Amino acid sequence: MRSRAIASEAGPGIALAIRGLATTFAMSTGLVRAVDGIDLDVRAGEVLGLVGESGCGKSVTLRSLVRLVRPPGRIEGRAIWQGKDLLALPERELRDVRGKEIAMIFQEPMTALNPVLSIRQQIDENLKAHTGLGRAERTRRAIELLDLVGIPSAAERLDSYPHQFSGGMRQRVMIAIALASQPRLLLADEPTTALDVTIQDQILKLLLELRDRLGMSVILVTHDLGVVAQTCDRVAVMYAGQIMEVGPVVEVFRNPRHAYTLGLLGSMPGGGAIRQPLRSIEGAPPSLVDLPRGCPFAPRCTFVTDACRQRRPDLVQVAADHLSACVHHDQVAKAVS
Amino acid sequence: MSAVLEARPAAVRLRGRISPTLAAGVLIIAASLMLAFVPGWFAPYDPLAFDYRALLQPPSLAHPFGTDNFGRDMLSRVIWAYRLDMQIALFGTLFPLLFGCLIGALVGYYGGWPDVLFGRVVDALITFPFLVLVIAIVAVLGPGLINMYIAVGVVGWVFYARLLRAEIRIQKQQDYAAAGKVMGYGDGRIILRHLLPNAITPVLVFWMTDMALVILLGSSLGYLGLGAQPPAAEWGVLIAEGKNFMTTGWWISIFPGFAIVLTGLGFSLVGDGIAELLRPQR
Repeated sequence: MRSRAIASEAGPGIALAIRGLATTFAMSTGLVRAVDGIDLDVRAGEVLGLVGESGCGKSVTLRSLVRLVRPPGRIEGRAIWQGKDLLALPERELRDVRGKEIAMIFQEPMTALNPVLSIRQQIDENLKAHTGLGRAERTRRAIELLDLVGIPSAAERLDSYPHQFSGGMRQRVMIAIALASQPRLLLADEPTTALDVTIQDQILKLLLELRDRLGMSVILVTHDLGVVAQTCDRVAVMYAGQIMEVGPVVEVFRNPRHAYTLGLLGSMPGGGAIRQPLRSIEGAPPSLVDLPRGCPFAPRCTFVTDACRQRRPDLVQVAADHLSACVHHDQVAKAVS
Repeated sequence: MSAVLEARPAAVRLRGRISPTLAAGVLIIAASLMLAFVPGWFAPYDPLAFDYRALLQPPSLAHPFGTDNFGRDMLSRVIWAYRLDMQIALFGTLFPLLFGCLIGALVGYYGGWPDVLFGRVVDALITFPFLVLVIAIVAVLGPGLINMYIAVGVVGWVFYARLLRAEIRIQKQQDYAAAGKVMGYGDGRIILRHLLPNAITPVLVFWMTDMALVILLGSSLGYLGLGAQPPAAEWGVLIAEGKNFMTTGWWISIFPGFAIVLTGLGFSLVGDGIAELLRPQR
């Protein structure tokens, strides 16, 4: 009964269906709503960008999907992956999904690799845990993986330790380890933020190439709209733990239908008209302990009316494949054109 | 080129990093262990044999460390005491090390109410000075080496557990621990293979220091008559035996004292050397 409901919910081509995901932390100052009830689909083989300012809950969203949130964090909602609810799965079964079907790469390749284990040991461990390969085959596969992520003379580098690699190389190693068991979904938590621009470009190209070659879906968390424009198929804009707007990257960048997205794009060089000053968004994001009753962006919004403050706007379809949670999405659209 | 250099095997990398500190410490401890295992090869006399023709002799060629009031050769007694004191260093720290690490890793990783309970136990135990607590326990159980090990074990594990708990708590926040979880590894594997090697260094360093401290403790208890019992040769016992002759036969107490200092220094040097050697490179 339940499985049929789940199957119908996750439509064709949908790899991961997130429904009502809410992650809260009970702190002494009150209940922090880091992720405040989001619905989001990740399609098979797509790169979905998750953007927003620092502290808007994008990383927590990602970590919640594989239940990496430590107490006092509490996760609610559902995340349907291949007919299973990741958020309700018993720990044992979740462990089989982690690593094998879903892998994750982190922002700081410095700390995301274990400093006392060699690269061979770290790749080998993942292969041992998730594949039935023998020792010699595992070594061959490890070399193959390092080759795949573009590490020169992979065979010689296999016994090196993380500190013997540069930042960009380390991120490649991290990706190689994550991909060892050929996951179907890669969660990338700001994988290029700690790298300089040229390396960032290489890593993003590598991710796209690997997505094509391995046919996996990628959720790419970033605060960099340039990265989104370059890499993603669709983008979801987050603010104060909520999804503001979702749509294809080109569509959202050209015709933003949410006042917050408009503000973000206006604050970025090349986003506005030529020879116009960059516009910043006045004010600061609301406290996650004490969110406004209506739209969380209302206090900073230039389009704001009473309707915005009354109740939280629903995420509604505003164009083909384009959702927005803005009361005044029509006016935003007019302001753009 | 650099790739070739950096891909050297682990053994070669280690050799370059062994410091003079570590080398000196290892030398002292290796010599001490040798004396402990085969004291008969080095001791010129039987450590328990009385010689009434040579009572309270000052150091000479025949008796380099002199003799005591029964004519026993002090050099032989100090050498034979290595066996007992090294044994105290090892047995007095082994249980605290293992049990402390087990508890420390578990409460550090899982937290929750056992962690709170652990905190209270630590508070309760470190409220009392270590020596006073050990003496009290030995006094209840009765003097002797076995009871001393028990007393040290009951109290000593707390220090190891506290150290490792703190380290594990730091390490488990690191991304690589999260990465291990996302790769579907179980808790046991994450603790043993990923966190422990990164967290164990301070514990090993403390272990070395602790061996020196336990030798001192064993000697103190021996001196007070609560540890090793005469006529067994143990440095604390030897010093205690010499205390009545401090003005006339200084050599009886001085040389065992030197042995304690030297061995303690050896362990400390090894500890410092290990700290340097095992510091993870970033």
